[in-house]
Amino acid sequence: MSSLDDFRGETHAWLEANCPASMRTPMPEDERVWGGREPRFKNPDSKLWLERAVARGWTVPGWPKAYGGGGLNNEELQVLKEEMQRLGCRPPLFSFGIGMLGPVLLKYGNEEQKLTHLPPIARGEIRWCQGYSEPGAGSDLASLATRAEDQGDHWLVNGQKIWTSYANYADWIFCLVRTDTSTKQGGISFLLFDMTSAGVETRPIALISGASVFCETFLTNVQVPKGNLVGRLHGGWDIAKELLQHERGMISEIGRAIGGIVPDVDVVAKRYLGDADGRIGDPVLRDAIARHVMDDRAFGLTLRRAGQESGAGAANGGVSSMFKYFGTEQNKRKFELILKCAGTNALGWQGDGFSDEELTLCRTWLRSKGNSIEGGTSEIQLNVIAKRVLGLPD
Amino acid sequence: MNLTLNDEQTILKHGAHAFFKERMPVKQLRELRDRDDNNGFDAALWREMANLGWAGILIPEEHGGAGFGYKGMGQVMEEAGRMLAASPLASAALIAAPLLLATGSEAQKNKFLPGLAAGELLIALAHDEAPRHAPTRIATKVDKRGPGFVLNGCKTFVVDGHVAAQLIVVARSSGARDAREGISLFLVDAKARGVQCTRTRMVDNRNAAQISFDNVELGAEALLGRLNEAYGPLEKVLDGARAALAAEMLGTGTEAFERTVAYLKLRRQFGVVIGSFQALKHRAALMFCELELTRSAVLGALDALDSGVKDSAALCSLAKAKACDMLELISAEAVQLHGGIGMTDAEEIGFFLKRARVAQQWLGDASFHRDRYANLLGF
Repeated sequence: MSSLDDFRGETHAWLEANCPASMRTPMPEDERVWGGREPRFKNPDSKLWLERAVARGWTVPGWPKAYGGGGLNNEELQVLKEEMQRLGCRPPLFSFGIGMLGPVLLKYGNEEQKLTHLPPIARGEIRWCQGYSEPGAGSDLASLATRAEDQGDHWLVNGQKIWTSYANYADWIFCLVRTDTSTKQGGISFLLFDMTSAGVETRPIALISGASVFCETFLTNVQVPKGNLVGRLHGGWDIAKELLQHERGMISEIGRAIGGIVPDVDVVAKRYLGDADGRIGDPVLRDAIARHVMDDRAFGLTLRRAGQESGAGAANGGVSSMFKYFGTEQNKRKFELILKCAGTNALGWQGDGFSDEELTLCRTWLRSKGNSIEGGTSEIQLNVIAKRVLGLPD
Repeated sequence: MNLTLNDEQTILKHGAHAFFKERMPVKQLRELRDRDDNNGFDAALWREMANLGWAGILIPEEHGGAGFGYKGMGQVMEEAGRMLAASPLASAALIAAPLLLATGSEAQKNKFLPGLAAGELLIALAHDEAPRHAPTRIATKVDKRGPGFVLNGCKTFVVDGHVAAQLIVVARSSGARDAREGISLFLVDAKARGVQCTRTRMVDNRNAAQISFDNVELGAEALLGRLNEAYGPLEKVLDGARAALAAEMLGTGTEAFERTVAYLKLRRQFGVVIGSFQALKHRAALMFCELELTRSAVLGALDALDSGVKDSAALCSLAKAKACDMLELISAEAVQLHGGIGMTDAEEIGFFLKRARVAQQWLGDASFHRDRYANLLGF
């Protein structure tokens, strides 16, 4: 037996013994664990599951052990992923620190920054948010205007960020700031600071789904220690782009995790359209659903193939753009199909006359519209594919 | 499930790539068309392919084959698809050989497999009766007569039927139209009394045939496999052929796409290359996504066939459906993005469009396979 088979056996046994039964069920959005200084555990089992995962380094299984990780190689990571899928284990911790900041800090951070920030991320003690977009810098992110001025012993930050996910709950922010106004991409730096610093204010934005997961973040004369700059001064754009690749990967992963609480399209279709000899009652919708389900399968195979081809991780910017593009568009199509099948039953906003699941479907459908906007719009992803993979000129 | 190639398969792919590019480029298909070749393929080149072991690629070594399996076969098909190489590879190696292997008696295998593996014998499957693939819709009828049988009916789109020495005829020996039960297979000599074959020249410059059977008398030894129970093994073989045909279509789509992207970088209008226009970039990027999804579906199906997993049928339908949709899109976009030059016979891109539609119809188009996939998954 190879050592990888041994690892699979050990992993399976450990998950069986340590992952509580209620953590092996599909996860409602409000049971996700985000950690932070004031962590919330709606289900007490999720606290237990987090503690056990932390102790084994498996909130960040691929990070080095010195920073709180599990020190697993790519093959072992794949095995862990497969075994967690097989048992239906929930991710113990959702975190922008894990999915976005960590990988670039490992690459660009100095040793002190890594030791300061990575272990608290791994333990779920500090919750991070992402200061990227601004009112005037969306798809054209590099035109951002939030300034950081060198005041000798600190940076003075002024400006406004927008679409900052969960900024109102975050403890720290990784933030793109302008340190040179004479060039565009070449004048951006990557800064970390505490959200409790004086001059930081967040305001949640009400969305079409009725939720408020995004904030406006106002930065007024925020003083940031000089040591909090990651990488080179004015060298933030490369870090920013690399982080976006990780973000795109994370969005498609989270999308698949959320998928667990939404019923399959074919199941919804049979429930609302009836079935004749096991076939969905409406032949036109049946064909559309088959197309969707088959694309889902082909997409799943493509994610798997990419994993097998490259080990793991977001190696190729073009490929992560393809996953982001296709995964989010596919998710939107799924909800549109569900709406077609369920008709007005999926269009209830609140109150009587609808099941909880129907009300959730409606809100989740609205939320899905943001998938192809956040983290770089679908149009930007297609631009990236055209440029980086196909070599088409500007 | 392994969606990558091992060293042997990679070498096979590279070898096939070089062979088709050097020996059977698209130009060769044009030459066959221009001289209205009787076979629709070059017999000498087919012998070369057989010498490389490709005619017997699915046949085990004890029957004179190479035993590379479906994933290996798929690599050869993909490379053939890139150059639109016309040959009886699919009908001989993907259909006749595995069907004989699955259903033939030892005597039948010993009689036909070595010739098939050597590329000396061609056997065509006479199956479809309607213009759209409907594999259980069989009206061609076989009746018992004495120790043997008598066959009556008409078949259409018998690929390579005009050059095959033997036909495997799908006939109804009992049961209602569309029933899976009651379907049987018969080996029929193409020159037997009562067999009439009309060559049909298809738009992709390959050849098929319409073949009628008028009171064709068959001996008992003509029966291939079990009477009334042939559909199960036939469907398995069709699935293998569908996956490998999807691999061919993947190659065709990949080549048409690469030629189109190259043209976008070359053609100048308004003082710039047209590939700098965002509207065209996005169309190219969408095609890239469809190609990647198709590649994964094809590898998934080929891998499932070799490892014998339970839902290989669904994966084969997935591969063929994705290949059909991808190729319909890319072949049409390729002509459009080449502009006026794409409409000319002098430019090769039109050959890709023509081959695409024939390959789409063969063994079931996308809507056939979506319906089948939904049936298999119970919705």
